[in-house]
Amino acid sequence: MKARLASGIILGVALGMAVGVGAYTFVYARGYSYMTDNAEACVNCHVMQDQFSGWLKSSHRAVAVCNDCHTPPGLVAKYATKARNGFWHSYYFTTGWFEDNIHITQRGAEVAEQACRKCHQEIVQAIEGPHPEAKDAQTSCIRCHRSVGHLH
Amino acid sequence: MSEEKQNEKSGGKRRSLLFFGLVGLAVGATVLGLALLVNIFQRKQEARNPFFRVVELTDDTVDPSVWGKNFPLQYDDYLKTTDQVRTRYGGSEAEPRTPTQADPRSIVAQSRLEEDPRLKTMWAGYAFSKDFREERGHAYMLDDQTFTERQQVAKQPGTCINCHASAYVAYKQLGGGDIIKGFEALNKMPYFEARKIVTHPVACIDCHDSQTMQLRVTRPAFIEGIRALKASQGIQNYDVNKQATRQEMRAFVCGQCHDEYHFSGPEKRLVYPWAKGLLVENILAFYDEQKFKDWEHAQTGAPVLKAQHPEFEMWNQGIHARSGVVCADCHMPYKREGALKISDHHVRSPLLNINRACQTCHKWSEDELKARVETIQLRTHNLRNLAMDALIDLINDIKAARDAGRTDSAVVTAQDFQRRAQFYVDFIESENSTGFHAPQEAARILGESINFSRKGQVALRGGIQSASEQAK
Repeated sequence: MKARLASGIILGVALGMAVGVGAYTFVYARGYSYMTDNAEACVNCHVMQDQFSGWLKSSHRAVAVCNDCHTPPGLVAKYATKARNGFWHSYYFTTGWFEDNIHITQRGAEVAEQACRKCHQEIVQAIEGPHPEAKDAQTSCIRCHRSVGHLH
Repeated sequence: MSEEKQNEKSGGKRRSLLFFGLVGLAVGATVLGLALLVNIFQRKQEARNPFFRVVELTDDTVDPSVWGKNFPLQYDDYLKTTDQVRTRYGGSEAEPRTPTQADPRSIVAQSRLEEDPRLKTMWAGYAFSKDFREERGHAYMLDDQTFTERQQVAKQPGTCINCHASAYVAYKQLGGGDIIKGFEALNKMPYFEARKIVTHPVACIDCHDSQTMQLRVTRPAFIEGIRALKASQGIQNYDVNKQATRQEMRAFVCGQCHDEYHFSGPEKRLVYPWAKGLLVENILAFYDEQKFKDWEHAQTGAPVLKAQHPEFEMWNQGIHARSGVVCADCHMPYKREGALKISDHHVRSPLLNINRACQTCHKWSEDELKARVETIQLRTHNLRNLAMDALIDLINDIKAARDAGRTDSAVVTAQDFQRRAQFYVDFIESENSTGFHAPQEAARILGESINFSRKGQVALRGGIQSASEQAK
């Protein structure tokens, strides 16, 4: 009986410490901010500082935050993308195994492209409507409009 | 043993396994959690841009290792300029050699004279035809200058020290606090006497103010050269350390040494020939006006010039300069150390650092960017070979004419064309970007060089009377 109590205490303390450290780290690292749409969350770790500064001066500042272009529509899809990107961003920033001039992934570029097309549907249709081959060629909006969100 | 007891025992085993497993997991999670916490803490500290003043720096602290105590990240990178890495058209290879008493170096860079023997003909009669090697990194500038065979075949002045050592404190010592006076004293000394008063290759203090870390120009030759250039553009009494912008300074501190120069007069003053402008023809016109020559060509008797690494001049003619992109943007690009952003003090070819150097602005793959640069360099290299062949043909023709006893004015005209053709091709040959700093300008200069060689040959055949008239 005594042994049981002792092992229960050890297990409790160990689990409690793990949860406690995890919770503290989460708060200290402002983990909750990543649940929001606040663009400042994206510069918590400073890697996106150039992008953030660029966005502050861009034409889209008044109408779109990071999440509007870099997460897909729909609550589940949005948080799934946040979780996925969040994991990899933390992984690379913690290990330091990344190049200084970061590049968007193929998947990220597709999400952003859909975001352009969602808000600017009318003009996209006006361009691609009479030219169905343009749709097949998948001309990317940012091929020409690279700086609308941020320069880098 | 009854079955029940056995069951109980294996159940206990399972329970204790589960217990230890759970405790192990919890311990593992705590360790990982703490490691992450410490990492985040460290990043947050870095982001505050901490600067620890471990030592007091003064305007007389030459030794870069002392500065390195306050700025360890920059100093670590600065030390890396000892690397010897090739790019396709530049960079140095480490070549072993047997040290001698006169030259204790056990490793040198490859000889450019052996790679292209035409250089020996071009520089015939000048010390460069004896020893000319691919430049190595900043770390070697003082040793490679001290031990080059050129020192043994010609008496060099102390002027060389201006750009082969950390000279700022030496100027102050020689000039009693006045760097211009110190500069004048240094130029007049024999090389090996001047060599004794310097210890380090280019160091922190040559570009940075010790108190504010702001960039500043410490080389009198650049201060005077840029003042003359600005005066030619209608800006009188230009003071580079007061009037240049921060971004301009990120080019000017490099331009302190990476440019065309000559030693003026018997006092061997280091002068950058910019009073008429930075273009190759402006510089040649400046030398013509001064009636300056570096030496008399051994095979033709022509009064010729040696062009010296005009990177600053060539960069000024290119699209990057036009767009406000300066030396440090590509050769010392920003990098991250954790959450800290610093400029990379490992000064080197951008081709060895494409992500940081090019991809900040150019969103193409590294392979694509490298291919673009090498296309420009291949074209320049091929055109430079044609210009070099044309020059050698002219030199051979003048030599043959003189050997045949000709002394007429056509020979003088041809010699003058040789001076022009040679200076133009050398301007690109000695410039350390194989055309990249200003591709079209490099091609133009090489094209004109070929034309000068052609005209020199025509002159020998009685076709052209005066080179000076023609060149205008």
